[in-house]
Order: sequence, then C-alpha cells, then structure tokens
Amino acid sequence: MSEDLVEIQVDGQALKAPRGALLIDITDANGIDIPRFCYHKKLSVAANCRMCLVEVEKAPKPLPACATQVMEGMVVHTRSAKAIAAQKGTMEFLLINHPLDCPICDQGGECELQDVAIGYGSDVSQFSEEKRVVVDEDIGSLIATEMTRCIHCTRCVRFGEEIAGMREMGATGRSEHVRIGTFIEKSISSEMSGNIIDLCPVGALTAKPSRYSARAWELMQHASVAPHDSVGSNLFLHTWQGGVTRVVPRDNESINEVWISDRDRFSYQALQADDRLSTPMIKQNGQWQEASWEAALAVASDLLKTPSADQIGALLSPNASLEELYLGQKLMRGLGSNHIDHRLRQLDFSDQEQAPVMPWLGQSIEALESLQAALLIGSNVRKEQPLIAHRLRKASLNGAQISFVNPKVYEFHFELAENIGVDPFEMVSELAAIAAAAGVQSGASDLGGWIAAAKPTDAHQAIANSLKADNSCVMLGNLAVLNPHYAALRALSSAIAVATDSLFSYLPEAANSAGAWLAGVLPHRGPAGMSKEHGLNAQQMLQEPRQAYLLLGVEAERDCADPALATAALQNAKVVAMTSFASESMKALADVLLPAATFAETSGTYVNATGLWQSCKGASKAVGEARPAWKVLRVLGNLLDLDGFEFISSEEVRDELKVACRDLNLDNALSVSACLNLAERPAGLLRSGDVPIYHGDALVRRATALQATVDADVEAVVINTAEAKRLALDSAETVKVTQVTGSVELPLRLDDSIPIGSAWLPTGIVAAESLGSLYATVELEKV
Amino acid sequence: MSEALLLSAHAREEIDGWVARYPKEQKRSALLSALQIVQHENQGYLTTELMDAVALYLEQDKIAVYEVASFYSMYELEPVARNSVSICDNISCMLMGSETIINHVERKLGIKIGESTEDGRIFLKKEEECLAACSGGPMMQVNHVYYTELTTDKVDEILDNLE
Ligand code: SF4
Ligand code: FES
Ligand code: FES
Repeated sequence: MSEDLVEIQVDGQALKAPRGALLIDITDANGIDIPRFCYHKKLSVAANCRMCLVEVEKAPKPLPACATQVMEGMVVHTRSAKAIAAQKGTMEFLLINHPLDCPICDQGGECELQDVAIGYGSDVSQFSEEKRVVVDEDIGSLIATEMTRCIHCTRCVRFGEEIAGMREMGATGRSEHVRIGTFIEKSISSEMSGNIIDLCPVGALTAKPSRYSARAWELMQHASVAPHDSVGSNLFLHTWQGGVTRVVPRDNESINEVWISDRDRFSYQALQADDRLSTPMIKQNGQWQEASWEAALAVASDLLKTPSADQIGALLSPNASLEELYLGQKLMRGLGSNHIDHRLRQLDFSDQEQAPVMPWLGQSIEALESLQAALLIGSNVRKEQPLIAHRLRKASLNGAQISFVNPKVYEFHFELAENIGVDPFEMVSELAAIAAAAGVQSGASDLGGWIAAAKPTDAHQAIANSLKADNSCVMLGNLAVLNPHYAALRALSSAIAVATDSLFSYLPEAANSAGAWLAGVLPHRGPAGMSKEHGLNAQQMLQEPRQAYLLLGVEAERDCADPALATAALQNAKVVAMTSFASESMKALADVLLPAATFAETSGTYVNATGLWQSCKGASKAVGEARPAWKVLRVLGNLLDLDGFEFISSEEVRDELKVACRDLNLDNALSVSACLNLAERPAGLLRSGDVPIYHGDALVRRATALQATVDADVEAVVINTAEAKRLALDSAETVKVTQVTGSVELPLRLDDSIPIGSAWLPTGIVAAESLGSLYATVELEKV
Repeated sequence: MSEALLLSAHAREEIDGWVARYPKEQKRSALLSALQIVQHENQGYLTTELMDAVALYLEQDKIAVYEVASFYSMYELEPVARNSVSICDNISCMLMGSETIINHVERKLGIKIGESTEDGRIFLKKEEECLAACSGGPMMQVNHVYYTELTTDKVDEILDNLE
C-alpha cells in the first residue's frame, strides 16, 4: 500500500508525513521537542492546555500542534518569537493557580510541569492575587490526591472513559471553580486505575503507597516482568537503598502498551510483609527454630529421601519462575516421583492426556484487537487478565461481538453480545446448545448425547452465528479450568471452534501456567511435553496422602482447590516448604521452611499467554537470608546426589529447558476427546465462586493497599434475591455457611448476578480456608 | 433498579418526551431538561441521589451528570427556599442601578446573594447574568416571571406578595 505523504517544513527541516497526521506526532517522531500537557498518544485529543502552540505560516494565530493536521507545504516554527511568546503566555497562565510546593510534592523531579516551566516559565509571576485552593477528595487506597496542583489537562478523565471503560473522574463546576475529581466521596474502582498516576503530568495524582518514600532521582530503575497474570506485563521496579519502593509500566506495544494493572503496580508491597520469611527454620518437637542454611537443607534433603519415591509429592506454584518450576520437577523426577503438579485449583483432570503441550492464547495479544467475534467460557477476564480485557474492549468498540458463558453474570467494561451466567454444572449444556446451533453433528463424538439433547435459544444461535465471522475465537478462561466439567467444556469449546472455523484459545491462569506446562510440572508429562509414567495429580496426591511433600510458593489453605483436604494431608506428612512468607497456617503445616527470594529479588523467566519467554534480573536484595529458590533447588539436588544439578546461573537452567523445547509446535487443537463422564451435580444449594483478583497468590494477598480496595472486599457469601426469599434469608445479615468439612460465619449479600441455586463464596479468601472445594453442597443458616 | 424509582412517574413521562426529540443513541441530549424537571419537582434543588437516578434513567455515567449539574447556574445542589429570585447584575442592568436593588433586597431580607431566608420563603440566586431583558433594566426574575424597570418600592411589593 503506498502511503499518501505530504511534505512539510518544521524549523527549517523538510519532513515527510502521512496526510492528516497530527503535527505533534510528526515532530515527536523526528525528535523535535514541543511542550505539552493534555496530549497523550493513547488518549483522544482534547487540546485544552494550549501548551503546544506553534507558529504555522499563513495561519493568523499560533496553532496547537496536538490538534493540527499536517498539510502539504505547511511551514511550522516551533521556536520562533511568535511561538515562544505563545508558549510562555500559556505557561504563565498555567502557573497562576499552581502552588509553589514542589519541595513537598511527590512528583518533584519527574514533573512535566516543572520541566516545562524551566524551559518556558518566567522567574516572576505577574499574578499577585490569591491562588485557588481545592479541597481534596479521598479516592481510595491507591491514589493520593492534591487537587490544588491540578492543571485540568483532563488526561485522567479521558483515561476513565477511553481506556478503563468507566468514567469515575470528571470536571465539575465552571471556570475558576472547575475541579477534577469524583464529585462525591468515592473510591476509584477500576482495576487499571493506577495508570492515572503516570498520566497526570503534575503532582495532583500520585501513588499513595509509595508517597513520600523517596525522590525520583534517588531511585534505581530495573526492568522486570509482572508475576501475576499470564499477560506478562513489562515493568520497571524502582528501588531505593536496595528495596523496591514502587512499580511503573515499561512500554511494550505488543504486550501491555503503556499500561499495567493495579495488581502489577502495587503487589510489591508484599516484599515488606510482616510474615516475610527471612531465615531458614526447622520444626523440632513442634517448636520452630531458626537454623543455618546448611542445617535446614540437611533436614530438607533427609525428609525428601526418607520415604520411598512413591510417597513424595510436589505442589509448585504457577507463579514461580520457569527455572524454579523446571528444577522442582527435575528434583522430584530425580528422586523417582512423578507426583508433581502446578494445577492446584483444578478438579477435573480426566482429559489431561489430550491437553496441548502448552495451552496458550493461540495468537498475539495485539491480534485480540482485530477479533470480530469471541466466545469466552468461564472467564472474568476483566479481573483475571485485565490487559487482555483491555484489548477485547478495543475489539468490542470496533464492533466485535463478544459473548460469555460463566457461572455468574459478570459485569464488563465493554458491550457484550451475550452474557450468560448459569449454574456451574449447566455450563456444559449451554455450550452444547451453542454447539448444536453452530451445526456440530451430534454423532461426531461422545459429546453426541448432550448436543442431541440441547435446545438452542436465540441467544445460543446468536453466539453461534457471530462466531462464523472471519476472525473469531473461542477461549477457555480461568473458571473453565476450575469447573468440575473442565474436560467436557474443553471438548465442546473445541467442537464449536471447529464448526465455526474459529481459533481455539486458552487464557492461561497465572504468570507461569504456560511455563509450568513446558517445564513439565505435571504428573503425566516431563519437560517439553515428554510423556511420563503417570504420577498423581494435585488433587490425587492430597486425596491419597503422601508421607512427604515439597511445596514451592504454595499456600495450601488458599491456593489448593480443596483447602480442607490439603491441610489435612499436609498436616500428617513431612513438608519441605520453599516460601517467601511464613503465615501461621504455613507454620502449622510445614516441617522445614526455606526462605525464597520473590520475583523482584531473583533472576527468572516467565512464559506468557502467547508463549513468549521473558527473563529478567533481580532488582533488589532479598530480605535476610532468603535465597533464590532455583539456587536452593540446585543445592538440594546436589545434597540428594542427583545428576544434572550443576548450574551456575539461572540462564543455564533456562537454556537447558529451551533446548528441550526447541522443536515444539504450539497447537491447541484437540484430537480425540477422552471418555467424558460428567460429574453429577451435588444436590441442594451449590457453592460456586471464583478466585478474586486480589486473592490469587501469596504476593497480592499481602499488598495492603490492594486489600483496601473494593475488589478485595469479598469475604462474604452472595446469593440471588429470589434464593434469599426461598431460603427465608432475605432479612439475614450474617449467615453460617456449612460445607461438610467446616463452617464459617459470613455477611450475606444479595445480588441477582448469581444464578439461582448457587451461593457465591470464592476460593483463595480467608473465609474459605477451612472449607472444602468449590462446587459442593453448602447450607446457609441465619445467625 | 430502585434508584430510578426516585423519579416520579410524571417526571419520567416528561423526560421521555425530551428523549423522543433526539436521535435514539443521544439520550444525553435530554440531560439538561431532565435535570430541570427533576429539580422542579424537588423544591428547586438537586440531590446526589436524584442526579444518580437521572444518570441511570438516561444511561449516562453518574459523573457526567454531576459535571452538567455543577456547570450550569440554573441547577441548585443544596436545599434552597421555595421562591427563587434572580436579580440581574450584568452590564445593562448594572448601568440602570441593579446594585441599589441588590443592596436593598439584601438588607430587607437579611441575607446575602446566594442565600435563603430562614423562613424558607425566598432564595436569592447567586450572580445572575444577563437574562435578555436589557431594555427593561434593572430587572429580576421571580420563579418563572420577569419583572422589569424595578424600583425599591416595586421590589418590596413583589417580594412581600410571595407566599
Ligand atoms: S488530576 Fe492530573 S491528570 Fe487529572 S486533570 Fe488534573 S493535572 Fe490532568
Ligand atoms: S498538548 Fe496541545 S493543547 Fe494541550
Ligand atoms: S443585563 Fe440585565 S437583562 Fe441583560
């Protein structure tokens, strides 16, 4: 395609530019500096600050470069007397009401206003009247406001509307009285809200958790990768005197663009958690003793080699680094055990043999934007992979038909074609109906029965039709993996994808779920998908308790599908725990605690949803005696006399796996489906739930600012209003929830997004620690 | 949802009338009228709850409604007395002596511009700008009625007759 180019001249320099491009984009691309406040390349053009005024020949007045399109023969002067006069004038007006409080402002040293004022401001202001003062609003635990400093650029307002998909900030009042804020006292609730801290050119919006902790120029910047979801957002960790003081996005157009989720931004707080483990510890006669690494490792290797190989199991966190995961399974296999798993919350493993070597997105993250239709099954993508949701939102704004089949009706920040929320055991029949509507033949496989029995409604037909678009995709999300009918959901999704010629795609759950599949943290497959004699999966090794366990980054009572089962199994076994934190429950279960460095403190690799391997270096020193887990595993391997543990660097570990994966072809296609026996729905009220955004892993649970947000407020049981009536609970404020294994008292909330028959009580939260798994019968009783 | 129920059936009917005048996807065009209708039914002022109800009814973000309501001086966001009195103090009226009128009224009622009398009878609207009756200045608007060529006596009579 030949581009329609025009020729323009800027400050005497001849430039070529696409017709209609914005002048500021062209000067930016050519290294010509034009000051600006309101303009941002990811937001709409507001042209309200007037800082970017330049002289354009033949134009009667200076023009804003951010809102001026280039035209053939345009002659621009950015530094002429006329341009400079205009810029200086604007600067003077902007400073009229801006307080001179730079010495106590957190933005000092990285403030766009400060920078531009140095270039364009005068030393003295002609304005001697009283300055405006704006009373601050409390907009939550993440963002500190100092609205007197606001220059009304409206970047934060436009971000809400255009990127976060929910307008929370606005410009209220008029003229002198205009103020930016929420108008009413209200916490900002977007899961991407922290980005307005970066967008705000002045110190009006700053990061609350890191406020007043260091000056920008004292910070060291380290490239890193976010360790929570499978997006693998690129980060910069900023450290001060060796400790991480804040996290900001590292631009990467193909992954996170210029944004990060609040989870990625604020989870670093956990590095300073009260229960951070800083020395190795050994339990002796029920008492915890601090120990040297030597002593602790000796005990650990003893515990692991005493039982027969069949009697040890390993649960490794999908948030651990690739190197740790690889060495963890290597150690276990060296000892002769295949009881290894990272699928801690999964319940249905029946078709694991058919699973792809690495379930993945099947496309680039950018490609999501050009989808014309998508069906997401079991996904609250907005809270699970916020930056994937951001791309889907862009697709939706471009007209894509996006639909969901979920165990509840989730709210999204973009328009949906269909949003189905049903009992988790009915998701299969919903998919069968879509499959039938899409023309999947009932005879084709053992899905036959369900498809034949399906009665597609208009909604099912609409979804099936939408997927016939050229560029469409069927995606399995986090809640599909949790579902007791995961195998059936997989088979049906694949059938729908084939029938509608859509891409079959997975949203890997955690930062290294994809990596764990590659590394062979599975009972039936070794590294690079190599078949292995079947060991016990994550559920089985707890149902048939082993004598000893190796835990890596796993908090059993919150990370395992069935906390009650996990706790019981671990309590009666010898447990070697490599962990960054030592919670009370961890101390109750473990026998040796080996302090592990966090993602910020060690080098490591994360494989994101697109199969991209991203390695980063440690940014700060681990607390106390904590050591990178890959090094600990290497030493353990040596102590256990295992072969192949002579690594000097984490890169060597990674490269060993990389060589094994060299010839892998990533393919989500499902060949034959396993024999699909549908687990029967337990009778009565069913516990349903998800893993809430700020409860998914050990780090976020300890990020205090995130824990104070609306999204973290999940310690409750939620039922449909009609259900409450039926159970005569409509007036109850607190209920006793009983699941076979235990009971808890919780606030009761009513919400019609929960299907009738379900009691929504998520897993991974404190309240669920003593309970069993999701999708079991529960009883509610008024207290 | 229950929030929209804050709007009376009558208000909703009137709002619907305004919505019908604009293209379907531009419900927000009816926002100014909707706020006026709702304010009228609520003793002349808007509450956050009412603005939220309007937002819900017109499918707008709440903050977008707050922006509009706080921008225009014709909306009151605090409780006010039942009769709204706006004395123009823009240029023509000023030249014709609006200042004398304003001073007189403030003294007579014992309140400042922008305040309401304690008995809840009269609200003096803040800084009213030109009401397009310049030829009759000084002028004022009482509720929905214009009074022109004001004198202090005339003002007394008008204000004393207010319920
Ligand atoms: S708070 Fe910051 S980003 Fe928002 S309008 Fe003010 S200066 Fe701009
Ligand atoms: S940057 Fe151009 S007007 Fe603000
Ligand atoms: S100046 Fe008072 S009505 Fe115009």
